[in-house]
Parts: sequence; C-alpha cells; structure tokens
Amino acid sequence: MLELTKNTFEEEVLKTQGLTLVDYWSDGCEPCKALMPSVEELAKKYEGKVKFCKLNTTKARRLAISQRVMGLPAIVLYKDGEKLDECTKDDANIKNIEAMIEKNI
Amino acid sequence: MSNIYDLVIIGAGPAGLSAGLYGARAKMDVLILEKEKKGGQIVTTSDVANYPGSIREATGPTLIGRMVEQCEEFGAKFAVGTVEKVDFSKDVKKLMLEDGKEILAKSVIIATGAYPRKLNVPGEKEFTGKGVSYCATCDADFFTDMEVYCVGGGDTAVEEAMYLTKFASKVTIIHRRDELRATKSIQEKAFKNEKIDFIWNSTIDEIKGDGIVEEMILKDTKTGEKTTIKAPEEFGTFGIFVFIGYVPNTDVFKGEIELNEKGYIETCQNLKTCKPGIFAAGDIREKSLRQVITAAADGAIAAIQAEKHIMSKEY
Repeated sequence: MLELTKNTFEEEVLKTQGLTLVDYWSDGCEPCKALMPSVEELAKKYEGKVKFCKLNTTKARRLAISQRVMGLPAIVLYKDGEKLDECTKDDANIKNIEAMIEKNI
Repeated sequence: MSNIYDLVIIGAGPAGLSAGLYGARAKMDVLILEKEKKGGQIVTTSDVANYPGSIREATGPTLIGRMVEQCEEFGAKFAVGTVEKVDFSKDVKKLMLEDGKEILAKSVIIATGAYPRKLNVPGEKEFTGKGVSYCATCDADFFTDMEVYCVGGGDTAVEEAMYLTKFASKVTIIHRRDELRATKSIQEKAFKNEKIDFIWNSTIDEIKGDGIVEEMILKDTKTGEKTTIKAPEEFGTFGIFVFIGYVPNTDVFKGEIELNEKGYIETCQNLKTCKPGIFAAGDIREKSLRQVITAAADGAIAAIQAEKHIMSKEY
C-alpha cells in the first residue's frame, strides 16, 4: 500500500485516473490498526485493478477534514479523483470494504 | 449428523476469549463465534492500565491478540458468523447463523457484550464519522483547536471530556439533568478544568450539516425550548461525542433467555442462566463492575461450569 502524505495526496489520489482506495488511519486509532492487515490483503487481491493507499491523519488533519473525513476508521474509494463511496466507523469492516470495491469495479 | 461442539462461545471479547482458553484447556471441543472482529469494546482502548500484568505495551488490540493466540494454542477454534436465531430448548442447543449455517452445541456461553447507546436523533447516523463520534481515542485528534460537545453525565462522559481537552480548544458537556452522575472525584477534576463548560438540562434534538456537522439543535428538558448551535466560521464544524451508556447485545436471545428490563442477562450462581447448559459472561450480565478483569473472570467460571454440565449429562 502506498503511504500518502499531505503533499502527495493530490497527485496520487485526486489527480489519478481509475479507482483509488484510501485507508484513513491515525496513531491513536486502535480499530484502524486492527483493520489494516486485512486491507493489505485486499490490496494484494486487487492489485492492478484498484490503487491502495493509506493516510495517517495525525499529520494531515486538515486534508482529512477537507475530504469530509472526521472519524476513523474511514475507507474511501475514489474514481478519477472523485469520491465515489466510503465505509466509515462501524461500517468499516472487511466484508463491507470488499463489497464496496466489487460494486464499483 | 453434523458435529456437536462441547462448547460454543458467542463473542470474542475478553469474556469469550477467557472462556475459550479455560474450555480448551479442559479438553473440550470449543468454538468461538465472532460476528466481525475479535476483541469487543476493549480494542478501541489505547492503554489498558488496570488489568493486572498489563503494565507493559498493553493496548486493547495487543492484549486481545495475546488472548487469541493463547486460545488457539490450546486448540480452541474460531469462526466468523452472526447468530440470527437460537433454540436452547433441547439438550443439544442450536444456533442459526445469518448465512444459513447451523451450529450445534452441548453448552453455550453468551459473551456478546454491549455497544455504546445512540442518541437516536435525526442526523446522528448520517454524521457518524463526520463530526459525531463514540470513540474519543479514535477521533479526538481531528478536533485539535476546535470546539467539542460531549453528551452524557456519567463517569465515561466526564472522563472522556477531560481527555478531549488535550485536543479541543473548549469542551462543553451537555447533560439532561442539572447535576452529573459521575463519581465525585471525577466531577471535581472536571469542574476545575478551565476548558470544560456545561450546558445543563439539555438534550440534542437534531444534527445538521452538509457532509459534516455544521449545527445542532438543543432542547431544554424542562421548558422544551430549542436553541441552535452553529459551527464557528474558522473551522466550519465542531465535534459531538456521545457517551450515554451502553446497550447489551441480547436481542437475539429474547424469548429464549430471561432478560431484565434493561436487556441484561441476570445469572444465578456460577453464571448459569435460566436454561440448563446456557451460561452468560462479561458485560452482557447484570453486574456492578464492567471491566476486562471481571469479564475474564466470568469467562473462566462459565467455561468450567459448562464442562460440569456436559459431564452431568449423557450426550
């Protein structure tokens, strides 16, 4: 998974064609860390079809808020740089995330 | 005939995992069912400070990770599944899962825990993760230098409000009564904290915004008068953290197991429920202290009782 920063986000997500998934997480978010390994597995499964990225919001708070992300975990799917779908909080489990990808692929 | 487990545990939080460990070590054929991710509520905790022995690197997830490993080492099995219906009327208990599968067991431990109570007001669901939160350690960071409102008056609400002052510029506790229910020592700390303010006798009536929380309507519980709080222009949003207690996960057991008026399971001696072979452990029980340690203790007792139940019956 590609690790984003507030400086690379625009280029890698908003200016990228195709499907891009961003796993928003933070140092303090334990559910995010628990979820991450299964998202990594999905990244392998959908390699070449969906670009998987992660963003630590601790260092990119304003950027996250600009993307309407104010609660973690948040897994957001973008298409051609536009926000398409998301799984947030209780909905952010691996079953829902995979269903979201399948629906939009 | 499909396999009949000696013991099926519903829920993989500290109570269920402790039951799994004791059950597996007693050489029972144990299955632990979890609907989503292992660990229960404790996985949102970044620092478990009050479980004996947890002083070094014990976050909720690391502690749970070790508990899972220990269960597996002694042969307990895990499965992902949501129980939709149960039949506890016969000697062999039946669990029907959402995906149509059926699981049979000689004994069952219910360790399904509780989840945070919701406000149940318009806008709450829409703005969850968009300003509305039930987890301070997860989301506090977003509200650095912003204003935050904290709903509730118990220990959790006040303690979390104090935690939030490390991030937010101001934290306002909204409580439906004119005094807090939290322990006196916790209250005193809150009253001394300059960043904490209070709105008494009020509840949230509605949450509004465009993609993120932008305003909320408060209702005075005495006069019924409504006031609107709008986000300050600088940030265009604010946080609403909800800590108004917990709801037990017992819906699926209604009619099979006796529940009290709050929905918790009242167990008698040795954590037995009213049905033979069915036990309850952890936050799901009516009890005075809901902590990892009391959940783990429950799990151990329930597993040993389950073993006794099996020995006393011919299957």
